[in-house]
This record gives sequence, C-alpha cells and structure tokens, in this order.
Amino acid sequence: MKFIIAVIKPFKMDEVREALSGIGIAGMTVSEVKGFGRQKGQTEIYRGAEYSTNMLPKVKLEIAASDEVAPLVVETIQQTANTESIGDGKIFVLDLASATRIRTGESGETAL
Amino acid sequence: MKKLSLALAALVASQPALAAAPLPNPGNNAWMMTSTVLVMLMILPGLALFYGGLTRSKNMLSMLTQIGATASLAMIIWVMWGYSLAFGDTAYAAPLGSYVSGGSYFLAGTDGYSTAPTFTDEVISKYVFISFQMTFSAITAALILGATAERMKFSAVMLFVPIWLTIVYFPIAHMVWFDGGDAGASGLLFEDGALDFAGGTVVHINAGVSGLVLAYLVGKRRGWPQEPMPPHSLVMTMIGTGLLWVGWFGFNAGSALEANGSAGLAMINTFVATAAGGLAWMVIERILGHKGSALGFCSGVIAGLVAVTPAAGNSGPFGAILLGILSSAVCYYFVATVKAKLGYDDALDAFGIHGVGGIVGAIGTAVVYQPFLGGPGDGSVALGAQLWVQVKSVLITIGWAGLGTLIAGFLVKTAIGLRINEEDESNGLDIAEHGERAYN
Repeated sequence: MKFIIAVIKPFKMDEVREALSGIGIAGMTVSEVKGFGRQKGQTEIYRGAEYSTNMLPKVKLEIAASDEVAPLVVETIQQTANTESIGDGKIFVLDLASATRIRTGESGETAL
Repeated sequence: MKKLSLALAALVASQPALAAAPLPNPGNNAWMMTSTVLVMLMILPGLALFYGGLTRSKNMLSMLTQIGATASLAMIIWVMWGYSLAFGDTAYAAPLGSYVSGGSYFLAGTDGYSTAPTFTDEVISKYVFISFQMTFSAITAALILGATAERMKFSAVMLFVPIWLTIVYFPIAHMVWFDGGDAGASGLLFEDGALDFAGGTVVHINAGVSGLVLAYLVGKRRGWPQEPMPPHSLVMTMIGTGLLWVGWFGFNAGSALEANGSAGLAMINTFVATAAGGLAWMVIERILGHKGSALGFCSGVIAGLVAVTPAAGNSGPFGAILLGILSSAVCYYFVATVKAKLGYDDALDAFGIHGVGGIVGAIGTAVVYQPFLGGPGDGSVALGAQLWVQVKSVLITIGWAGLGTLIAGFLVKTAIGLRINEEDESNGLDIAEHGERAYN
C-alpha cells in the first residue's frame, strides 16, 4: 500500500477530485495549508506600507491506495493539477505499513 | 454657533416679556435633532468600526471600548463644564474672553424654553444646540485614539480625555465659534473672520495634531515598522466608512443650524467632495503602479470628508470636488511617504488623514469660497487676505493642540503612565485590559 500526499493549487481542487473519482478513488483527506517553495509570495499594501507574505495558500490531499492503483493516482493528479506554472505543487508517495477500518476492524487493502 | 450669549442676555433682560421670546421653528429643531444623532452615529459605531477594523484582531475590543468610553466621558463633562467653557452664558472681556466663556455650569439656567440663535434671525431649542455641540466634543476626543491604538492603557485614556478636553478642545471651540456680541469678547479666531463651517480646525486639525503628539509620547508599537501589522478586517473598516459618510451629513449640513439652503449646499458638497476623494486615492494608487484598494477607497473617502468639513457651506460643488481630490493626494503622500521617513507611529493615521486633510481643507476653504470657483463668498475679502486668516487659524490650532496635548500627556504619564507593559502588548489589549476576546 502507498500513502500519497499531494500539495496543489486551491482552485484545482474540484477538478482533481472529479478526476480521482473517475479512476475509482472513493475517499481522501483534504486540508487547507500554507507554505512556500519556488513560487514567490504575494505583496500586500496597506496605505502605502508594503508587506510581502512568503506563505501562500495551498490544498493538501492525503490518499491511501493499493500498490497497483498508486501510480495511476499520481499520474492523474499530476495531469489534472498542472497549469504549467511555478507553484503547481508536489506529490509525495510513502510506503504505508497498515490501514484499519475503525467500524469493522478490517485491515490491509480491504480497509482502503 | 454665534450670538448665543447675546440672545441669552436678551432673554434674561426681558423676563416679563417671556411670551414674546422667539419660538424655535419645529422644522429646524427636527433637523438639528436628526443631525445630532447622525453625529452620534459617526462615533458609535462609525468611527469605532472604522478604527477597529484597522487594528489587529487582538486589539479590536480595546479600540471599540476606548472610543465608546471616551465619547461617553466627553458627554458627561460637556454638561458639567465643557459647554460653559466653550459656549457659556457669561462672555468675559478680552483677553480671557477670547479663549473661554463661563457661567451655566451643569447647564444651570437652561430649560425647555431656552433658545440658541442660528445664523439668521431664527432660533433653535437650546438643549438641541447643546446636544449637537456635545457630539462634536465627543467625536474629537475619540478621533485622537487612532494615533495611539494598540498600546495605550485604558486607564491612561480615561485620565487623558478630561484634561485634554478642558485645556485643548473647549478653548479651541470657543476661539473658533463663540460670538460674544455686545456682552463680551468673541472667540479669537471668530473675531478674525476665519472660515470653518463644521469644524475643520476645531475637530480635525485639533484631533490630528493631538494624536500625533500623544503617539510620540506613548512611543511606537513594539515591532513597528519591521513587523507586518495589517488591518484585521477591512470589511469592518468599510462598514465604518459608510456610517461615517452618512453621519457626516449631520456633522456638515447640521452645522448650518437650520434646515435651509446653506444646509443643502453643505449636503451636496459632502456628497461630491467625498466621492472625488475616494476615487482620487484609488487613481493615485494606480498611477503609482499599485492596485486600487478597498482601504485606499476608504482612506480617500475620509480625506475628502475631512477636507470638505470647513468648506461645507463655504464652497460651491466644483470647489468641493477639487478639495476632495487635493486632500486625497496630500494625505496619501503623508501616510505612504512622510510617515515612513519620519518614523512616527501614528497607528491608524489620525494625523495623516484628519490632521493633514484638515489643514488642506482649512487653507483650501479660502480659495473655494471665492466667487470665481462658484463659492458663496461675495469677493469682499480678497483671496490673499482670507488665505492669511485661514493659515493663521491653522497655525494657532496646531500650536494650541500640540502644546496642550504635551501638557496633558505629561501629566498622565507622570501620574499613572501612558503605556501598557510589554507582555500585555504582545498578548493584545483585549485580554489584558478588558478580559475578553473579540472573536471566539
């Protein structure tokens, strides 16, 4: 099993979710996060006083998937969230040691 | 705001003929009552939200509370001795009479039949006039607090306000607006023929300069200007701006003291000068390569309102538009450039907008008053002479407000200290001073 963490631009969220539904991904965890990378921050000006914020808002997705599906998930996110500009985000894939469904106690891939 | 003591003297002298005393026109009275509560609307919630939105969220309640308590304190003091010093029934001879009046402490001698004269041969109920003027002293004291936001102790504010009102506001209001008639000396600047329709000097230059001096005495906010201190809610600021604009019709058009054509002129000027100010600020932002901003619009609106205050009934609409644009430009330069260069922490720009816009308005009034710009002046006083009178009134107001605030500020600093401690400042004044949070 793999654990996939993707950080993407917020406005791409709905599109990515639909695309993942299309390949059979039934659940994920989404959070609003802030961070910085190669993309420059934005400048805010209040009565002439300039503040540059280097933290930009992003959306973080966390998805657990079987070894077979994981590459497809990564490819789908990569293609859907792509705007070909700096700041599109990153995708990380980790090995997932175990997964348990709380209601039934099932574990392993059946719990996904 | 003139001939008050004259009419009162006449009233007292002709007691047997009380039935023949002038009766207030109900229409004028109703308009002045409306104007009075409109100015109240400017303070709470107008100014409170305008300033509150500009603070950081940890200091929101402190701003709201300071403004509410300051205005309330000013009202109580007004009926105790404020009205006496500014517009009292006893006009003294010069030189004392040029600065203060006396009598009528606790409004003694005033009843429901008492009247105050307007600028024509009409009168309005004296209680209405006293209430109207009361709101002016309340908002002026509250305006100062924008300069000292986010670091001044609540107790220090409560001690500073009564001293400041007594030695700064009441004498300046007297100097600009008191007409002693035959009974004694008139106010110093009133005698000079300074044009100040609704309080550009008394309210805005006065509050702005006092704010600047007090901000200097209190010191900079910890971390300013290195740390970003962006406004926590420009939505609140926009709501406050709208309420200020609406309330300002009471402030400006009410200063005609009657529901007449002069009030109408003040009203249209309060529309167009403000509209021009709001647009001009955003245009300036675009010209300088920035985006036209919401705060820029709000700031321009206030700059326009402040500048048109002395000119409200003393300018044609075209002059008012020019004044609004000019005020926005000069205020922008002060808050964006001069403040950064000089390094004074006028936190919410009480001086940068009220002080500077007030000076532009007071001096500009001499120009827009002239008939060649469509002003109501008859040209009998030459532009140069009027300009000098206006500049003189500005300089005297700056000097009096600056010196008086320095004295009041030092007294409070010596007695109880002006500033909150470091830890409380960093946690925010809401929790430290009031034991509450604005947002839970």
